[in-house]
Amino acid sequence: MSLFNVFNISGSALHAQTVRLNTTASNLANAEAASSSVGGTYRARQPVFQTVLYGGGVGDESSAGVGVADIVESEAPLRKEYRPEHPLADEDGYVFLPNVNPVDEFANMISASRSYQSSIEVVDASKQMLLRTLALGE
Amino acid sequence: MAIDFERTLGVHAQALRLRAQRAELIASNLANADTPNYLARDLDFKSTLAGYAGEGRLAWTAAGHVQPGAARAGEVLFREPTQRSIDGNTVEAEREKVLFAENSVQYSTTLKLLGSRIQGLMTAIRGE
Repeated sequence: MSLFNVFNISGSALHAQTVRLNTTASNLANAEAASSSVGGTYRARQPVFQTVLYGGGVGDESSAGVGVADIVESEAPLRKEYRPEHPLADEDGYVFLPNVNPVDEFANMISASRSYQSSIEVVDASKQMLLRTLALGE
Repeated sequence: MAIDFERTLGVHAQALRLRAQRAELIASNLANADTPNYLARDLDFKSTLAGYAGEGRLAWTAAGHVQPGAARAGEVLFREPTQRSIDGNTVEAEREKVLFAENSVQYSTTLKLLGSRIQGLMTAIRGE
């Protein structure tokens, strides 16, 4: 019964959006985590989504879930601030701050939670459809 | 006389299966609403069902013969987006949600029709 596949598909979407929300949360949490070197500074990270085909057989290409292919770190330049009083400042008095852009993160957060919501609705509707199918002929 | 289920349930059993497949496709589209380069897909319900029912098909007498026009039965087509997004994704989430709702109502309708056919059979069997 192909309707059961909807649970797999939407489940994969729920998982992927949760990963996205998690990265957003850690980006925002680390937005002000200063460091004394470029290498040791937190960089904003984002998941890369990829289509995952279920079934796999020829002619059975209906189910396409979504998976997280990778989590990439942003290549945007880090913020460099002159704060000689900071305990982590380097010998020239500079600290490095993450390249997290809070506006981007909030937009991402809203998009992820909307997508999560629509997957939940799909699961709910499919469940109703299946339950009604079970009651067929009664 | 044996009951011919194929004939009693008619096209509705096939339609139900197609509706379920369509629900699956639209769920896939919604799941991949944020996936770069994903192309939204759907079924052409009418031509697919007609294909299953064997309507509008030419006689197939040689291996080289090709069916003209409409989509082949069960063939999955790509949706034409009104506005392609910059990451190559063609899913328009709102449109998909509406289509999913439409499809589930149609699924319920088909279920109701099937249900009444079965009810009819039951009445005939019981002879009440």
